[in-house]
Amino acid sequence: MSGHVFHPGHDELHGVTVVVSTHDGRTYLGRWHERGTRGVVMHDVAIHDPAAMPAPLDAWLAKQHKFGVAATAKLVVVQERDVASVRPFSEEP
Amino acid sequence: MPYPEMMVKPMREEVTRLGVEELRSVGDVDAAMANSTGTALVFVNSVCGCAAGMARPALARALQHGVRPAHLYTVFAGQDLDATARVRSYFGEFQPSSPSVALLKDGEVVAFVHRHQIEGRHPDQIAAALTQAFDAHCA
Repeated sequence: MSGHVFHPGHDELHGVTVVVSTHDGRTYLGRWHERGTRGVVMHDVAIHDPAAMPAPLDAWLAKQHKFGVAATAKLVVVQERDVASVRPFSEEP
Repeated sequence: MPYPEMMVKPMREEVTRLGVEELRSVGDVDAAMANSTGTALVFVNSVCGCAAGMARPALARALQHGVRPAHLYTVFAGQDLDATARVRSYFGEFQPSSPSVALLKDGEVVAFVHRHQIEGRHPDQIAAALTQAFDAHCA
């Protein structure tokens, strides 16, 4: 394929928009940077917190899918022990 | 921080050689948008190899389609910062991402292919999404 990859040596999710669900019910949507000793590091992240937001997760994800990721944080580190699941956003129904 | 121009130049040319007009300044963007009655495609270029490396060939394939937008523009995210910010101001509630593709009709976004819809996809799949939008809005 054309173009250059400027970030060799990273894992396969590097740069991919992912949905990270946590055990406390929050959902983080943003670009995966790495999974390291600090936990999962993500860039340009939108956060769904069911305790603070009226929109159900499915509706919130559908809106992000249509209009794009409405990032509220430039950088987020999700502690490894908090991570329940990780999946590419492109695989969301 | 922008990459050295010599690294980016081939990525610009991969798009401009398709006949897509590159908008490098706020003035360029405003002039283009003012003259874009009908349909206009805006390709937001990017250095990201894994996504833009798919998006640029996809654009090339899509533009071989029989139905295509009347106006073709591109900006380069991360390089031409002011022009990119300006063109995004025309995208309404659609969030910024790069690479991405917006299709506008009489100044309103009617279709948008976000970065997350480009990642991990083959150029043929991305091109299909674009030509579907062309058929729906540009015929």
